[in-house]
Amino acid sequence: MAALDAGTPAPDFTLPSAPDHAVSLRDFRGRPVILAFYPADWSPVCGDQMALYNEVLAEFQRYGAELLGISVDGAWCHAAFARDRNLHFPLLADFEPKGAVARRYGVYRQSDGWTERALFVIDGDGVIRWSYVSPISVNPGADGILRALRALAGERTPA
Amino acid sequence: MSRRDTQAELTLPVGERDHARGPADAPVTLVEYGDYECPHCGHAYPIVKQIEQRLGRRLRFVFRNFPLRESHPHAQHAAEAAEAAGAQGKFWEMHDRLFERQFALDDDNLVEYAGDLGLDAARLRSELAARVYEPRVREDFRSGVASGVNGTPTFFVNGARHDEGWELEPLLAALERAAKAT
Repeated sequence: MAALDAGTPAPDFTLPSAPDHAVSLRDFRGRPVILAFYPADWSPVCGDQMALYNEVLAEFQRYGAELLGISVDGAWCHAAFARDRNLHFPLLADFEPKGAVARRYGVYRQSDGWTERALFVIDGDGVIRWSYVSPISVNPGADGILRALRALAGERTPA
Repeated sequence: MSRRDTQAELTLPVGERDHARGPADAPVTLVEYGDYECPHCGHAYPIVKQIEQRLGRRLRFVFRNFPLRESHPHAQHAAEAAEAAGAQGKFWEMHDRLFERQFALDDDNLVEYAGDLGLDAARLRSELAARVYEPRVREDFRSGVASGVNGTPTFFVNGARHDEGWELEPLLAALERAAKAT
C-alpha cells in the first residue's frame, strides 16, 4: 500500500503521547496538523530531523499548526528521547499493536519493522492536503511542510 | 499540491546582505548554512578552507547562520557575535576564530575574541545584550528553512542544495563540475 495522498480523509487515531497520556487526531480539528512519521528515536538522521523541527516550531505555529512526531518506539523511549533532545512537541508511540497507525497511512515498512520517513499535512477538516515520503536516510527538511501550510493559509484568506 | 520531486534550491539569492569571500563574478558560489557550535560544521571548516585554496579566484564562499538553539546553547550568541564583528568590518576574522575555538563560546569568550581581533569589545558586548543582530540571524535561519536546509552544515552549489557528502573529495568534485558548467 502506498502512502495516502492529498485529498484523502486522514484516518483518525488515538496514541500515547506520554506513559500516562494519549492524544487523538480529532482533538486538533479546526487547525492544521503535521504528522511526521520517522523510523526510530536515537538514530542519527531522525535526531537531526526532529532537532530541526524543534527549531522550526515557531514557523509552524505562525500557521496555527500542530506538529506530531510518530514512530514505533514506546512511550518511555519517546520520553527519554524528548528529554535528551529538549523537544517541545509530542512524540506519539505507534507501539501496540505495532505500527497500526503507520499501516493505515501506508507508511509501515514490513521489511524492517520501522515506519517510512513520511510527512502528512492535514487541514482543519481532517483531510490530507500534502504528503511526502522521503528516502529513509534523507532528512526531508521543513520546506515542503511550510509550502503546504502556506498554501492552506492562502486558501482561507481572501486575496 | 503535489509531492516535492525537484531538488531543493536557494530561495534567497546571494546578494548585498551576505558575507562573501571571493570575487562576485566567480563561476562558482558555495553557500554554507552553519552553526558555530555544531561539531559537523567544525569538521567542515578546514575542508572549506582547503577548497578555497584549491579553487582560488574561481570560488565565492558565502556563510549564513543556521543556529540550532535547542541543541547548542551558545550557537545563537556566537552567530550574533560574528554579525557584530561584521558591523565592525571583521566578520570573517570572527567567523574563523569561532570555528577554531568552538569549544569556548560563552559570552565572555565572545567578548574576549572581539578584543583579540582589535574590535570595540564593549560595543560587541552591548550589542549582544540588546539582541541587535537577532533579526538578521533569524532572517538567515528562515531563508535556510525555506530553501530545504535539513541540518548543519548544508551547502548550496550555485543555488542547488548539495546532497552528496561534504568531505573534501565529493564537495570539490561538485564545485569543479559546476565551474565547468558555467
